[in-house]
Amino acid sequence: MNKAAVTIPFEHQQSAHCETGVISNLMRFHGLRVSEPMAFGIGSGLFYSHMPFVKLNGIPVTSYRILPGHIFKRFSRNTGVEMRRMKFRDPLKAMDELDRALDQGLPVGMLTSVFYLPYLPKAFRFHFNAHNIVVFGREGDEYLVSDPVMEAPTRIHRTALMRARFAKGMPNTNGRMYYPVRVPTDADLRRAAANGLRRTARDMVNTPLPMFGAKGIPYLAGKLRKYEQRLGERDARLALGNLIRMQEEIGTGGAGFRFMFAAFLQEAATVLERPELRQHAITMTRIGDQWREFAFEAGRLCKGRAEEGINYGSLADKLIAIGRQETELFRELARKPAKGSTVQGIRTA
Amino acid sequence: MKKEDVPQDDANMLEGKFRVVKYALNENGEYEKVRSVGWEPENTALEQAWDVVHERVEAARQGVLAGRLSPLAYHMEKNMMDAGLLAKHAGLSTRKVERHTQPAAFAVLDTDTLQRYATALLVSVDELKTVPR
Repeated sequence: MNKAAVTIPFEHQQSAHCETGVISNLMRFHGLRVSEPMAFGIGSGLFYSHMPFVKLNGIPVTSYRILPGHIFKRFSRNTGVEMRRMKFRDPLKAMDELDRALDQGLPVGMLTSVFYLPYLPKAFRFHFNAHNIVVFGREGDEYLVSDPVMEAPTRIHRTALMRARFAKGMPNTNGRMYYPVRVPTDADLRRAAANGLRRTARDMVNTPLPMFGAKGIPYLAGKLRKYEQRLGERDARLALGNLIRMQEEIGTGGAGFRFMFAAFLQEAATVLERPELRQHAITMTRIGDQWREFAFEAGRLCKGRAEEGINYGSLADKLIAIGRQETELFRELARKPAKGSTVQGIRTA
Repeated sequence: MKKEDVPQDDANMLEGKFRVVKYALNENGEYEKVRSVGWEPENTALEQAWDVVHERVEAARQGVLAGRLSPLAYHMEKNMMDAGLLAKHAGLSTRKVERHTQPAAFAVLDTDTLQRYATALLVSVDELKTVPR
């Protein structure tokens, strides 16, 4: 059965990362303006973890962010946005529900597998099952897609979309879809940003276990130092290449989200009227630059073209230095801000 | 990272379909979105990951031609799946999928099972029974 065409006037803005891009774009549609870095900061997206025991496509997971889906959850909680979330067993029912929302004029966010999205470049199509896109219309057998990592909106055939929505693996996508049902356009972004920032800082310095938070960085350094002895030259290079991908591939905005977080600190400095956050943004940028140096040197080592003095040990040293600076920065950010003006006001009263 | 330092190392990974967004500092020291066609270390890492995939596919193809593996093994590698993932997609047990990568077990499969595999691996049943020479 062919359904009537629907085109919702949805403004697509390209983003660095899919989840924060979807948040920013969906919120703008519903009248709440938040930039991508702001969505990232309010949703406390930044994190670090190296989990040698969790494997994705056979490779230990290193992550520069919190779990997929959680940025959206924290963002909603902090801003008072209410979402409707659904998952399905039956692909046809999942498509019906999508059509129903579109007919009501609602753009719909959903979880897909990159492997089954034909419009993406081949080189990026691995089995990654946590890619967020927005569907904002329908025309014949095709759906109109706003994929946040792309420059412009695109289209996908119904069959392909169904497949992408029902990929198996880690995780099963289960046709997950979501859309806001209540967006307070007067949400207190000040409070939301302050909460988000504090949560990130605390996550980075207080999460127990050695593999999580800022201390996860020297933890990886310890493993990296022994890669060549433990894995042999070939597998050590593969593991190193994988680290680069986790850090720099589409979706991180560069340096494993560190630059996006620095952009958030800049915005937060203005919103919260805390000029010292601009200073912290500079520190975060410097740390991001060191992540990039790490990736650059790691890339040379992968290719067997490293200069004298660059080896697994020197890369591990770089990570130790980065870990130290991140610990320092987030410790500072976890402290309660000095409320200069208010405190003085009370004192003089 | 400054705006002018955002790398533009094109290795055709994006096939010219789009550029990606990076966050970088503009001349006023403010962050903004800057588009990039790629960066060398990232290209290297991606190439390396694909080399591994291609090696596995080729090894499976040779295995099929030598009569050690069934064509299912080849198509499974081509879809970057292991037996566990293919089993989930085809609605069969991992153990069965493993068995069907053997030529003898594959040869006697019924049409329903073949169709399940074909659908999961995005090929026709005829294609499922062959590998490129």
